[in-house]
Amino acid sequence: MSIDARGITKTFGDFHALRDVTVSIERGRLTALLGPSGGGKSTLLRIIAGLETPDEGRVYIDGKDMTGIPARRRGVGFVFQHYAAFPHMTVWDNVAFGLRIAKSDRARTRERVGELLDLVHLSGLSHRYPAELSGGQRQRMALARALAVQPKLLLLDEPFGALDVKVRQELRAWLRELHERVHATTVFVTHDQEEAMELADQVVLINDGSVEQIGPPEKLYDDPANPFVMGFLGATTRIGEQLVRPHDIEVLRTKNGFDAYEGVVQRVIGLGFHSRIEVVLADGSESTVQLTRAHARQLELRVGDTVYLRPLGEGPTHEIPDARSGDVQPA
Amino acid sequence: MSKRLLRFTALGYLTLLLLAPVGMIAYRTFAHGMSPVWHALTTPSALHAVYLSLAVTAIAVPLNVVFGVGTGVLLARRRMPAGGLVNLLVNLPFAMSPVVIGLALFVLYGRTGWIGSWLAAHSLQVLFSFPGLVLATAFVSLPFVIREVVPVLEELGDDQEQAAATLGANSVQTFWRITLPSIRWAVVYGVVLSAARALGEYGAVSIVSGNIVGQTQTLPLLVEERFRDFDSTGAYSAGFLLALISLLILAAMTVLSRRKEHP
Repeated sequence: MSIDARGITKTFGDFHALRDVTVSIERGRLTALLGPSGGGKSTLLRIIAGLETPDEGRVYIDGKDMTGIPARRRGVGFVFQHYAAFPHMTVWDNVAFGLRIAKSDRARTRERVGELLDLVHLSGLSHRYPAELSGGQRQRMALARALAVQPKLLLLDEPFGALDVKVRQELRAWLRELHERVHATTVFVTHDQEEAMELADQVVLINDGSVEQIGPPEKLYDDPANPFVMGFLGATTRIGEQLVRPHDIEVLRTKNGFDAYEGVVQRVIGLGFHSRIEVVLADGSESTVQLTRAHARQLELRVGDTVYLRPLGEGPTHEIPDARSGDVQPA
Repeated sequence: MSKRLLRFTALGYLTLLLLAPVGMIAYRTFAHGMSPVWHALTTPSALHAVYLSLAVTAIAVPLNVVFGVGTGVLLARRRMPAGGLVNLLVNLPFAMSPVVIGLALFVLYGRTGWIGSWLAAHSLQVLFSFPGLVLATAFVSLPFVIREVVPVLEELGDDQEQAAATLGANSVQTFWRITLPSIRWAVVYGVVLSAARALGEYGAVSIVSGNIVGQTQTLPLLVEERFRDFDSTGAYSAGFLLALISLLILAAMTVLSRRKEHP
């Protein structure tokens, strides 16, 4: 199902959660609503699900105006950050909940719940209560429960936010696989740019109640619409008057006639696969450069060495903003 | 050392304040054996008082459960227009002396009261009869269920209810299948506490009851009357029975709260 949210505005008291937000999500896509905490992405997801009502604007699902339709009649599967498991029901009963509400016949319910528990690898735990499951298992159960009613639209609100790193990575890979298998349009909220880059076909970057940019993850990384997007999707550093990616700078020992910035090496930091060097330029500003380890070794950089930095001009650049990007430190 | 001292002090305080008087009642009740106790508790007026107290409790407590759960859900889940005021009102029976509550009901439901005069015109009587006792008892025991239910609802949050909604459940289905099961222990606690309070209620009831023996005399009123008439065996026996019922209720609560650990 496609989603069209048009001109959505939502305030909570004095707080503007969303200001005139318009987003289109294509059928069958896996879309990430990405952005910093408190930026409004969860609110947008909840408005699409019908769990919040927008102050202004309309929500269309498959072209139908769903703005006034309650959540229970939207046919949307929703997964909550903290699982929202029904603690007094077994795993089986949790997953069967939606089917029982829909008065699906018993044989059908049994078959469907069995299938779903297989899908989320919880078949052996069907008689347990949520309190007896790990966080990852609870979230898989919540996902199975949401899928039971065969929603055309699956919405996940920071689904892996409460899980530890290892489980989160497993579940990510598994969600991608699941998305391809169940053919639902999937939208998930995350504040983790890596998660968005790894999983999503399409990223909607939301900040301070507005959409900053919409596009495939590579597009946002390589061609960010503004310094905020550039800073949010990856590391940035300043060189001269420009904001660039730290790996888009070449380090030279001699100027060689290039148009390069002279500076002195302040620190050399080995980070396993790559190295990071911090350089103070002649104008007193500081730049960070990321190199492969082999390249760094070959250059034999030491603290106090004079080097020349040359922007490669391959990646994105932006004018230095007024101090919006955290990576840019005044000299 | 200081831990032991603290424990000793706490136990000593509880013994002096609670255990000794309750123990004394038991001791004095059975000072002359079982038969005077049996005799005192099987008089028609005593039997009627026991029956009346149980009947009043059996009506007042379910009223409190329905009202308490309903109001609790509204207070915890909806932005109620006068939520603060409702919250304050609900606590009123805790703060007000039961005698004052009794007086207030007396004024309102008496023959010249606003409601009382209307009721009298339709030849219905609340004061000095069963409905008055239920009213006074429900009033004084009203906060217990709400006060148990609201914090639990607030701590639970509404994620589960929203999850049920996205799975197609309407608000009635959500209430019965999700909300009520999650607060069932709070409701049980509320029931136990309001039952204990309802059975023991004296102040408000003594004003609206009229204390008609064999008609509107509840168990606490019977204890007081026998005590005043220097019928010590009668007073101790009825008092002991009242204490015994309360202890049974508390024991039930303890057993239930142990079971609560397991889903």
